[in-house]
Amino acid sequence: MTDVFIVSDNITSPLGTTSEENFVQLKTGVSGVKRHYNESIYPHPFYASLFDDDSFNTSNGNMPYTKFEQLLIASIKDALQNTEIDVSSNKTILIISSTKGNISLLESGDYDETLEKRISLTTSANLVANHFNFANKPLVVCNACISGLLALITAMRLIISGAYENAIVAGADEITKFVLSGFQSFQALSMGVCKPFDADRDGINLGEGAATIILSANKRYAGNIKLKSGSVSNDANHISGPSRTGEELYQVIDKALKDAGVAAADIDFISAHGTATRYNDEMEAKALALAGLNNVPVNSLKAYFGHTLGAAGLLESVITIQSMRNDTILPSLGFKNAGVSQAINVSEEVMHTPLNNCLKTASGFGGCNAAVVFSKY
Amino acid sequence: MNNNNYIIAHCEISKNGVYKNGQKIFDGPAEDVQDILLTIYQHLNLNYPKFYKMDSLSKLGWLASEVLLAGENIIKDARPQDVGVILSNANSSLDTDIKYLHTVQDFASPALFVYTLPNIVTGEICIKNNFKGESAFFISDALDAAFTEQYVNYLLNNNILQVCICGWVEILKDNYKAVLFLVAKATEGTLFTKENLDNIFNRQTL
Repeated sequence: MTDVFIVSDNITSPLGTTSEENFVQLKTGVSGVKRHYNESIYPHPFYASLFDDDSFNTSNGNMPYTKFEQLLIASIKDALQNTEIDVSSNKTILIISSTKGNISLLESGDYDETLEKRISLTTSANLVANHFNFANKPLVVCNACISGLLALITAMRLIISGAYENAIVAGADEITKFVLSGFQSFQALSMGVCKPFDADRDGINLGEGAATIILSANKRYAGNIKLKSGSVSNDANHISGPSRTGEELYQVIDKALKDAGVAAADIDFISAHGTATRYNDEMEAKALALAGLNNVPVNSLKAYFGHTLGAAGLLESVITIQSMRNDTILPSLGFKNAGVSQAINVSEEVMHTPLNNCLKTASGFGGCNAAVVFSKY
Repeated sequence: MNNNNYIIAHCEISKNGVYKNGQKIFDGPAEDVQDILLTIYQHLNLNYPKFYKMDSLSKLGWLASEVLLAGENIIKDARPQDVGVILSNANSSLDTDIKYLHTVQDFASPALFVYTLPNIVTGEICIKNNFKGESAFFISDALDAAFTEQYVNYLLNNNILQVCICGWVEILKDNYKAVLFLVAKATEGTLFTKENLDNIFNRQTL
């Protein structure tokens, strides 16, 4: 079977503009989640990880790209630097992941067909592809909170099947009035910095960001970390509530491990979804227990970055890859006291240990679950 | 690649009416979209109260899946984890996004917000039928038959799925169209190729 190597990656977040910058910030315990009070997007104070007003804004006249597109471009540009990936080759595909893309344009009112076209995710994907002179038409994944992992899995399959040699997988989302009001309507927003897996967890923080992972089958990257496997499932239970049993997330974890040729005992670290809602974290704990992964160190990055929606699967995968390169597990910020029904090993401090095989999971609205395995060998 | 995957059934719901395998089964009155969706629901004698809570995209996609799967035994024989739903459209959930944003000024509606993701329709189809295999939603300007062929063949040929429902579900204001395909390893049917996908997708609208 074709090996799929990680060539390069980027995170563009309020904490930094490269993967390394973001990783260093996390290692020193810095969070991007802060109290904001901005009546133009939300009538009350809220906690989120947001770019400051001067970053990626569109007020300077000639800017042809929206904030969403600028985020994607900045992230892809940095990831491409110092690589030999030829984006203008027909062997290279661009895959974009987002949940709401340019939805902020809808908030401006004045809906017409021009705006309808401008909001479309394919318009953004084509603008970004043209910016870099990609030869191939980009693909767009829009599948709630697993979008980033699904985009990675899609890229891996296209490479394994020989359709392409290289894939640039980039995800981004912006936190707008639309998104904030929606999560508040569910009473899902935390009153402070969120606390994944903690007994006192009270909801999520939202976060802005973009992330990119470049994959390739080219043997020149042999020796790099590999994306070994990935799997996707549906709970078939509820459109906005997770499975009560965790059975379907377990199903994708089990499949991803088998496809990667590793046992539960071979997994050194798990990057969970960990949204800090009561039901999600409980479901994840059950799935990890079913998979026999109770003792494996696990963290959630939501208290550092917030939930970055369509970028989350990619952004958290990049931190996982950084953890593997540095053989360093980061603490799960916000966790103090176990608050799920299954005993799981939530990471509480920076830990230096060999990381050969790591699992990344995600779950989302619509009952979707995804898992991927990254390996050094 | 050796292709033993066949289109076992297909269906369409559009302004042209409701079709199963190319045969028109209902000629809905083409007025208000909401009325049309409800009329189709009633005509098909369906009894699924969750239908009334769905947004238009989910109603359309779910109705199409009911037409597609009616009488198809392959679905009854398959294990839940072996059936998947892979859909796409051009405008994501924009139809509901607009409606949701109207509620934000007064009282943001959680019942509408949950539908502001296009993959909720795949979730609705999975819930009704207890499909627990892979589901995915992609955005493209038009049905990307080449990608659909490539992706679904990968899922079937690698035994990730045994049966796949794939296709197009689009609704925005007064425009709507759903075309779904039931695809599986089989010995007869219409060969699952991008040409046949395009032919079926376009034929009934000429």
